Amino acid sequence: MGMTMAEKIIARAAGVESTKAGDIETVTLDKLMSNDGTTHLTIDMYNNKLKNPKIADVSKLVWIVDHNIPADSPKTAASQKKMRDFAKEHGITFYEGEGVCHQIMMENHVCPGELIFGADSHTCAYGALGAFGTGVGCTDYLYAMVTGTSWLLVPETIRFNLTGKLPEGVYARDLILTIIGKISANGANYKAMEFAGEGLHTLSMADRISVCNLCVEAGAKTALMEVDDIALDYLKEHGREPKACFKSDDDAVFSQVIDIDLSTIQPIVAKPHFVDNVVPASECYGVHIDEAFLGSCNNGRIEDLRAGAAVIKGKKVAPKVRFLVVPASRAVYKQAMQEGLLDIFMEAGAIVMNPNCSVCWGACQGVIGEGETLISTGTRNFKGRAGHKDSFVYLASAATVTASAIAGEITTADRV
Amino acid sequence: MSQSFTAKIWVLGDDIDTDIILPTEYLALKTVEDMKPYAFSPLRPELAGLIKPGDMIVAGKNFGCGSSREQAPEVVKALGISCVVAKSYARIFFRNAINNGLLLIENADLYDVVTEGDSATVTPGKKIEYNGKEYEIASLPDNLLEILNAGGLVKAMRKRNGLEV
Repeated sequence: MGMTMAEKIIARAAGVESTKAGDIETVTLDKLMSNDGTTHLTIDMYNNKLKNPKIADVSKLVWIVDHNIPADSPKTAASQKKMRDFAKEHGITFYEGEGVCHQIMMENHVCPGELIFGADSHTCAYGALGAFGTGVGCTDYLYAMVTGTSWLLVPETIRFNLTGKLPEGVYARDLILTIIGKISANGANYKAMEFAGEGLHTLSMADRISVCNLCVEAGAKTALMEVDDIALDYLKEHGREPKACFKSDDDAVFSQVIDIDLSTIQPIVAKPHFVDNVVPASECYGVHIDEAFLGSCNNGRIEDLRAGAAVIKGKKVAPKVRFLVVPASRAVYKQAMQEGLLDIFMEAGAIVMNPNCSVCWGACQGVIGEGETLISTGTRNFKGRAGHKDSFVYLASAATVTASAIAGEITTADRV
Repeated sequence: MSQSFTAKIWVLGDDIDTDIILPTEYLALKTVEDMKPYAFSPLRPELAGLIKPGDMIVAGKNFGCGSSREQAPEVVKALGISCVVAKSYARIFFRNAINNGLLLIENADLYDVVTEGDSATVTPGKKIEYNGKEYEIASLPDNLLEILNAGGLVKAMRKRNGLEV
């Protein structure tokens, strides 16, 4: 019987010939990413709960301060100091202020065929490079850090066959929100979401990362895409070589196969307070907003900033609206500077900030107050996610968010 | 874990996400004890103060969806919740809960019939008795039971890998 991409990567990491959905395998991890959201808890357990612990292979660890950078309180400063000191003492690869963890991982570390644990739910983004990334808590992370291994239930796979091409003015964000709306917030729970088909080759790396990143909002354990020339070019540009490029066998078993014609996708908005609460953007026209956010591991790449800048060039942010623009990494920031995009945003009245997670996770920057409404390219719109418990978050593409910032109400780029 | 216990029920809905279980602004508090008053606060600010050790939560589908923050199951455990019974769980929360020794039970039917404030009797791995009716529940796989019985993954590491706790 054939294997899926997910099964092949787990089999490799487990050192077995083959495996199948439902089996439990002990795997050796290729990389272990952790950020300042929870690393202090991992360190506390390492120092206080274990006797004479050792890191199994320190070369596999990547630690990134991105959630609260720069620190916004003595508490977060202390927690980051703990992380910084520990990383230095143990020789752990450490980034601070360089960007959002998943963007840093894509730019510098992820390789096709790898099995990667990240102490962050959006680790599934790594599937854009054909790697099995999955989010874990700090205890699972600690176990993997100390033993080099963990256990995994081999997931079933939902296969998405993509055909056609996204229409002009429609983005990967609209595609993945459409998919999540279709299968629901737990439609892929415990499963892998695999994307293949000729339509995949029309998506840029930025598009692919955006799609894979959000799959956890459908409950997915991981997201996976076949590695093609576009992915190989990205790797090469960033100075890396693939480890192993897998694709599902023709006779692999999928729990479900869903065909998506990309040319049918339209601008979408996810309404409060659930990511699967999606409607055509037109149904939200006129909803008043107080703040707009362009950034995050989902939509803070150069392509997103270009899309936003194209919409806002020569226009102004609406009075009383705060428009936060947050490049996902230092590399993206510098590129945007060179292309003049930051000038365009600044001229329009946007607040351009340093690379970090920002209001996507409701801490550090731009949190919204009682009764306020945010339109965001962030990852989630849960109740209270961006600040006060009685506030409202709408999710949309970079173009729709920017257009809404101009209008002061939800609208699409063709209407501003 | 096969010892039966009777617990008072608190009912929560579908898609109870990790930002509801513990909002971002309280994640940096020093200890889980400090976080306790804020559990479930976006949804029901009074709830954390009403929950007594031994009580249980019954919820709908996709409990624990969202972030990988382990403070979420930790705070539920710290409130003294004896078990959560939900139609389904988000996977990261599921692992995190087991790793912290919090008993999670999957049951498709109980949520649709329970009333908050009632009690149910739970026999882990076997059944839940509520209102004169029995609801069958599955046992966890052996590797998870080992973790749960040890009181969490860190404690289980001692046995598995010879690392002392």
